[in-house]
Amino acid sequence: MSSTPVSPLHLAVALDGTGWHPASWREPVARPRDLFTAAYWADLVAEAERGLLDFVTFEDGLGLQSSHYAELDGRTDQVRGRLDAVLIAARIAPLTSHIGLVPTVVSTHTEPFHISKAIATLDYVSTGRAGLRVQLSARPHEADHFGRRTFPPISLESLRTEAGQERLAEHFDEAADYIEVVRRLWDSWEDDAEIRDVATGRFVDRDKLHYIDFEGRHFSVKGPSITPRPPQGQPIVSSLAHQTIPYRLVARATDVGYVTPHDTDDARAIVAEIRAEQQTAGRAGELLHIFGDLVVFLDDDEATAIARRERLDALAGEPYTSDARIFTGTPAQLADLLQELQGAGLTGFRLRPAVAGHDLPAITQKLVPELQRRGAFRQAYEADTLRGLLGLARPANRYAAAAATA
Amino acid sequence: MSKPLKQIHLAAHFPGVNNTTVWSDPAAGSHIEFSSFAKFARTAERAKFDFLFLAEGLRLREQGGKIYDLDVVGRPDTFTILAALAAVTEHLGLTGTINSTFNEPYEVARQFASLDHLSDGRAAWNVVTSWDAFTGENFRRGGFLPQDERYSRAKEFLATTQELFDSWHGDEIVADRASGTFLSDAKAGAFVHQGQHFDIQGQFNVPRSPQGRPVIFQAGDSDEGREFAASSADAIFSRYSTLDQGQAFYTDVKSRLAKYGRRSDQLLILPAATFVLGDTDAEAEDLAKEVRRQQVSGATAIKHLEFVWNRDLSSYDPDGPLPDIDPDVSENHISKGRAQVRMYRDPLATASEWRERAEANGWSIRDLVIETGNRQAFIGSPSTVAKTINDFVQADASDGFILVPHITPTGLDPFADKVVPLLQEQGVFRTEYEGPTLRDHLGLTHPDDVREERVAS
Repeated sequence: MSSTPVSPLHLAVALDGTGWHPASWREPVARPRDLFTAAYWADLVAEAERGLLDFVTFEDGLGLQSSHYAELDGRTDQVRGRLDAVLIAARIAPLTSHIGLVPTVVSTHTEPFHISKAIATLDYVSTGRAGLRVQLSARPHEADHFGRRTFPPISLESLRTEAGQERLAEHFDEAADYIEVVRRLWDSWEDDAEIRDVATGRFVDRDKLHYIDFEGRHFSVKGPSITPRPPQGQPIVSSLAHQTIPYRLVARATDVGYVTPHDTDDARAIVAEIRAEQQTAGRAGELLHIFGDLVVFLDDDEATAIARRERLDALAGEPYTSDARIFTGTPAQLADLLQELQGAGLTGFRLRPAVAGHDLPAITQKLVPELQRRGAFRQAYEADTLRGLLGLARPANRYAAAAATA
Repeated sequence: MSKPLKQIHLAAHFPGVNNTTVWSDPAAGSHIEFSSFAKFARTAERAKFDFLFLAEGLRLREQGGKIYDLDVVGRPDTFTILAALAAVTEHLGLTGTINSTFNEPYEVARQFASLDHLSDGRAAWNVVTSWDAFTGENFRRGGFLPQDERYSRAKEFLATTQELFDSWHGDEIVADRASGTFLSDAKAGAFVHQGQHFDIQGQFNVPRSPQGRPVIFQAGDSDEGREFAASSADAIFSRYSTLDQGQAFYTDVKSRLAKYGRRSDQLLILPAATFVLGDTDAEAEDLAKEVRRQQVSGATAIKHLEFVWNRDLSSYDPDGPLPDIDPDVSENHISKGRAQVRMYRDPLATASEWRERAEANGWSIRDLVIETGNRQAFIGSPSTVAKTINDFVQADASDGFILVPHITPTGLDPFADKVVPLLQEQGVFRTEYEGPTLRDHLGLTHPDDVREERVAS
């Protein structure tokens, strides 16, 4: 592998409870009783920041966790319950200084106006390190928590039918509208709208505040935002995608897409599809990151990692499966794999620690030094904002640009 | 034996979008940057205040069809700021206004329960209502809620969130590694609510928080608002600044508690109050006049008059006499998104009273607005202000005050440094926090204890 030309890759960690393996909470290193405290999340994010990672994501959902997508499983042997991800991110922001904070937001049931100002504010409290990961929910039982809409039952099989694809497209169209509204609201204040002009008594120049006048199928939003344009101008928008319709959303509307390739050819095909969609969307010249998602079991030797995974599977009563590829092995082997996948066009990775208390420190203290030795990862934080870490320029304000050319 | 001294409750309001915030002062800092909120919160905590209070806005205000540009415009998101403040404070209560019209109970309950966990029991919710289509234009719900339904929705909204908070009892998470039991009950968080406004069911996904439920605050002076507070709130914000009015409000609201089976110490009455301090009373008076002139520019005076006149008055000279034309009393108001407008319920009477007062005193438009609006509640030396506050509380005109400085983020400092020590010397304000939670500071019962009392009786 040493002959492979290396360019720095980007690394994120996906935080979810005690880790992604459903039996992770039973490990001695896990802190299941602390999941609902700020200290737990502060410790995890501090560890990720010590490892110079680009950002962490916080999983979330508007229903109890379940081993089935579309319904509750009634199980009591796995972690259930979680705190609001945006509030966890905000709570951690003042305790960190470089790492990006990317909470999950469910677009199907929340208000884009509220979320736009929440993420803008997260950007203020973190001085430019905020993002969001947009997730939609087609789950009937979560719709019942809101009582405004009813969704028919859904299964992976039903989604493969033509009607299922139409339904999926409709949900993703709503998510696309949602992102559009959130982004317009971030731009609805020009950067220099606050003038504090004592001579004329004007606090803002209202010509630099803009109505967004969005009209869509599920909602319409007038604007402007109540919160001024955030430090990054546009915080990072990201989403997870497994097939064409979600790839299209990634290509059209996000800064970072998470994908789940199972091998290098798969990665190459996914990247090609997203890049083609990106071109179709007229964004060919824009930097769009495509991160590979991997669940990781990391130990100093492969046998130990395999044994650990088997032990957790035995506790869970079934082998762990995931939408993402599951890596079980050493940090050096993972570094090989990441570089190989990077060669297929991925620009970064979002690693899902199987056991947060074990695999996160293995990422920061073993994988990161290994990648650094190979010249494939940063030696120090090179920027103060998440956009800066990801090599994304601060975007111009769409309304300011329109006003300038009008 | 003389009556024991009441303990005073003090809170601090980070001022927002109104002309009491003097943004033109060179000492005024950002009202958006987190460092301002952190500085303000640390001062409040250093002074052992009960809580910090944040209002919210959901649409930029407009006047005459244009965004209002004379006051501070814009503010950050309430929940996000409060969660971040939990990281830089240890004891201070964190109170936020969240609207019950443009939100859903499941989401708001999740956010407050999360905030309560993340602050170790310091969350409070100021429940407000809205019905106007103007604000609704930013939300999925739109503006279809009829005005007369706003309290009925608010009541049901609050009751529904209580059901969600109570859907976990506090002992479900066992996390026993050996037996592999994480939850003691597969139905933890189960709820069913069917009502006029909400028909929802499922399982709430945030375990019971340190305070059980957040402390509930309410503002609103109408008969319905008072009744809502008496039935459901832990504290009510009022706006009465004279002793007589304060006592009348206090007596009225506290007398409503009995019919809900509540004791008079289960609802605190906390008026908002501005203050100006000087080394002497005379110096404070001079400073107060100066602040009022900073708060009311000529342009602000004209815009303020338009709240009542409901007409474009931009051709009038703020240093000249009041308009001799009458207010436009049509329904469609020139000013949108402004709470103050509702204060002038009879614009014709207000206009005629203002004209008379201005003529009698030789006031210009600007003088009139300065004299009639936003007069500071407490003006004087630290000892005068400490005495006045204590007198109000001991005379049952309030249980304490929510202080609103006119400058952020440093405006609270003189009060913390000079007035608080005097109140502490008199034994009417804490020198150390009583406990870790906001309920502890406010002397409120934990909801689980209330539940047990009800079961026992």
